[in-house]
Amino acid sequence: MEKTWNNKAWFMVLPVLLLVAFSAVIPLMTVVNYSVQDTFGNNHFFWAGTEWFKQMLASERFHEALWRSLLFSAIILAIEIPLGIAIALAMPRKGWTVSLCLVLMALPLLIPWNVVGTIWQVFGRGDIGLLGYTMAALGIDYNYTQNTLDAWITIVAIDVWHWTSLVALLCYAGLVAIPEAYYQAAQIDGASRWAVFRYIQLPKMNRVLLIAVLLRFMDSFMIYTEPFVVTGGGPGNSTTFLSIDLVKMATGQFDLGPAAAMSIIYFLIILLFSWIFYTVMTNAGQERK
Amino acid sequence: MLELIDITKATPSGIHVQSASMRLEKGSLNILLGPTLSGKTSLMRLMAGLDRPTSGDIRVDGKSVLGVRVQKRDVAMVYQQFINYPSLTVYENIASPLRVAGVPRAEIETRVRQAAGLLKLEPYLQRTPLNLSGGQQQRTALARAFVKRASLVLLDEPLANLDYKLREELRAELPRVFAEAGAILVYATTEPSEALLLGGKTATLHEGAVTQFGPTIEVYQRPADLRTAEIFSDPPLNIIRLRKDGTNFVLDGGISIPVPRASLALPDGDYIIGFRPHHLYLEPPGDGAVALKAKVAITEVTGSESFVHVDFADARWVALVHGVRIVKPDETVTVYLVPERFFIFDMSGALASGPAVKQAA
Amino acid sequence: MARITLDGIAHSYLPKPQSEADFALKRMDHVWQDGGAYALLGPSGCGKTTLLNIMSGLITPTRGRILFGAEDVTDLPTEQRNIAQVFQFPVIYDTMTVRDNLAFPLRNRRVPEADIKRRVDELIGMLNLQGKADRKARALTADEKQKISLGRGLVRSDVNAILLDEPLTVIDPHLKWELRSQLKHLHKRLGFTMIYVTHDQTEALTLADRVVVMYEGEVVQIGTPTELFETPRHTFVGYFIGSPGMNVIPCAVEGDRARLSPELSIPLGRHYATLSGKTELGIRPEFVRLGEAGDLPVNIRAVEDIGRHKIVRGQVAGRDFNAVLRDTDSVPAIPRASFDPARINIYADARLIEPEAA
Repeated sequence: MEKTWNNKAWFMVLPVLLLVAFSAVIPLMTVVNYSVQDTFGNNHFFWAGTEWFKQMLASERFHEALWRSLLFSAIILAIEIPLGIAIALAMPRKGWTVSLCLVLMALPLLIPWNVVGTIWQVFGRGDIGLLGYTMAALGIDYNYTQNTLDAWITIVAIDVWHWTSLVALLCYAGLVAIPEAYYQAAQIDGASRWAVFRYIQLPKMNRVLLIAVLLRFMDSFMIYTEPFVVTGGGPGNSTTFLSIDLVKMATGQFDLGPAAAMSIIYFLIILLFSWIFYTVMTNAGQERK
Repeated sequence: MLELIDITKATPSGIHVQSASMRLEKGSLNILLGPTLSGKTSLMRLMAGLDRPTSGDIRVDGKSVLGVRVQKRDVAMVYQQFINYPSLTVYENIASPLRVAGVPRAEIETRVRQAAGLLKLEPYLQRTPLNLSGGQQQRTALARAFVKRASLVLLDEPLANLDYKLREELRAELPRVFAEAGAILVYATTEPSEALLLGGKTATLHEGAVTQFGPTIEVYQRPADLRTAEIFSDPPLNIIRLRKDGTNFVLDGGISIPVPRASLALPDGDYIIGFRPHHLYLEPPGDGAVALKAKVAITEVTGSESFVHVDFADARWVALVHGVRIVKPDETVTVYLVPERFFIFDMSGALASGPAVKQAA
Repeated sequence: MARITLDGIAHSYLPKPQSEADFALKRMDHVWQDGGAYALLGPSGCGKTTLLNIMSGLITPTRGRILFGAEDVTDLPTEQRNIAQVFQFPVIYDTMTVRDNLAFPLRNRRVPEADIKRRVDELIGMLNLQGKADRKARALTADEKQKISLGRGLVRSDVNAILLDEPLTVIDPHLKWELRSQLKHLHKRLGFTMIYVTHDQTEALTLADRVVVMYEGEVVQIGTPTELFETPRHTFVGYFIGSPGMNVIPCAVEGDRARLSPELSIPLGRHYATLSGKTELGIRPEFVRLGEAGDLPVNIRAVEDIGRHKIVRGQVAGRDFNAVLRDTDSVPAIPRASFDPARINIYADARLIEPEAA
């Protein structure tokens, strides 16, 4: 819809523009600046060109962290999307229970991320944590600080607990928008539950699912707070995802040049994957006329 | 006065409006008639200022309003879906444009009461729209449009979602309600009978182009082309292709129909003949009628009228006869045509000849 | 195919209905004959959609039973009742082609593929969808989508009845004509029981052999279109059918004359017993003759020419009054109206009163 030109609107947008400029655009430019230069920290900058990028892309450490992040995102998507859909299908659509369900679903989303991490960190400890204690009592050997598999399972569990509600709520919104007549027609056509899901519910949830997948992919690929609080990237570097590695490099080792280069590569990877997801899903939903 | 000068609206999905030019006088009732997706809503949005035309100019009283925001234009619009503020009462709904304009409270009270009175909403002023029937919700939307006293009132198929009988009632009231304000009223519809019942002037639209614009009865009685005649016909126009040969129209099979006197001067050749269903008779209607044999496909009886669908040559025609007339399918009947009533279109679709316009009796 | 019997059906949307007023659908008994074409006609809120949903099984009635043939199906779910329903807006499976859409009900019932192909091809021919059979159903126009919805009902050979809930609402006027004749044609050819819900009298009267007129949850009259038009049993039927509706003028009936006002009385041609309650005279605008000579003076307010006929709006005996003239008739300068006595109906308390036998 083309609106007519409205000059007053620019005044409304100006404060936000300034804010975004300060907090995003200028820092981004600074990162780009750092990524193509080298410094010894005494404010002397040498032009490095693409050297940091080449170094980063060849680095073994970078590849490992990248692989870990990709694996993590894949696992998350594979669990959260179907689980979210299943929960959305099970949620009631009419009556007083609807509000109750919606509130329950929203609760995990409201908790600050580092608090989530802290909750689970305590939860999983063998001595004072409910989970850790129960595991020990059952005789299962569970220690997320020392065992790689346990650490991964814990972080995946945290993310699923924290974010599946988002997928569920988005899918629920899509489901609720389907007119009753479609279900009635399916009943009359003798369609099974599976057929109703495959031919009516899933196609109509297409758009919402796209949003859910994009959001979850981006967030899980960038995950930082939970692994940082719970495992600190360990044991060893088994849960050192890209973001954690990046921070270690930038603030721990003060290798600003490589860190900046890695940030940019990170950013471009996310952009690429998002674009792929988006294209694939909109084309799958598109009917060729 | 509102003028549209060669407006075109092109979008990535197609051309919604093609070179439309119209002049709407103050206090006139203008009808946009055409099937769905013919451009009626697009045209109305351009008139209101909700969209910008890709090319062309829109002038109000001589001054171009292309750059003016819709909030600044003096426009009211009513939609097919009953659109009201769901959390406000009917009173507040009707008062809302006046509150936005900063009208003093006493005046708001009088004007809202006047609008409610005109649209028979007085008993419902304290209800919210969800507690009203469809007809009452639409009346609320109409009252809100009326109370604004806008100089341009756009109604986009406002009665389409209402029951048949409610539609009849409101349709009779609408012109009266808005006539007093002296506004330019633009009314979009898909039904030809609505256009004829409302009167005023009609613009027929087809695929974004205005095919004809003029007094309704003239557009109906003398369509400029085949498209206009078809748009303005309910039941559908009866059509047949014939070849003119001197003083007769001939058809394969040796059938010939005399050419009406006014059309004798036309050059010989192929023509498309159109005539309205109520000009296809099952009884001899008088002098000058031509009898043909046709096969009945089905009959539909509504009590006041009967529609007899017949097949002739490779054309399907509908005869509208008054009263109850039941003819069994597959029977052969004699149908009568009156050449004086033919619309004769040349092969490009333009009207070559047709009956003169009859003024209202 | 089967006849459908409604035995004492009534429905309330409230969990514990106390009185008559709580019932959205008041008690009704009716038999829908096998292969008949019926219309359920009435304004919004009259209960017609409720009745349709009870028949299709989407609602269980508060009271009463439904029988398909001799079988009591009141507690059977929709898929076991062998009915098909077409809705107000086209309901199609977006991801499937036209062919697959039509095949869907048969595939769900495990009909062999060869039979499916045959039935679907037959239906595609009948519905005139030949060129588009392999396109995605989403890409079709609204009327074509409605044809697919209808087709999904027709493709099954075990269908008892097809219930249509205002299916032409979203269709343009031109295409409405085509779809209507196609529907009528298909009904004649395939002989299924057809029950068509609408508020549009033209649709109801043209499609149905018998029309059930409903008002506020009750059946007001059942009859052929001609019966409903010529002898409406209730003034509501007179008003609802016909455009414009029947003229209703209060009068006093004196034997074989009706007195409309102290100065005006007209002959009825038949004798009526003494009537109690509010007596009214009903005459359809189509049966009013306007001429220079006539029984009643008419005060004309407006004449609307809609091409195929003219509507004359005015007043008679102080009451709003309409007359319908042919497109060839002209309106007299000093108009007077006469009513054909055979077409006059007398109502007491809104119900039709029969004249005494001659």
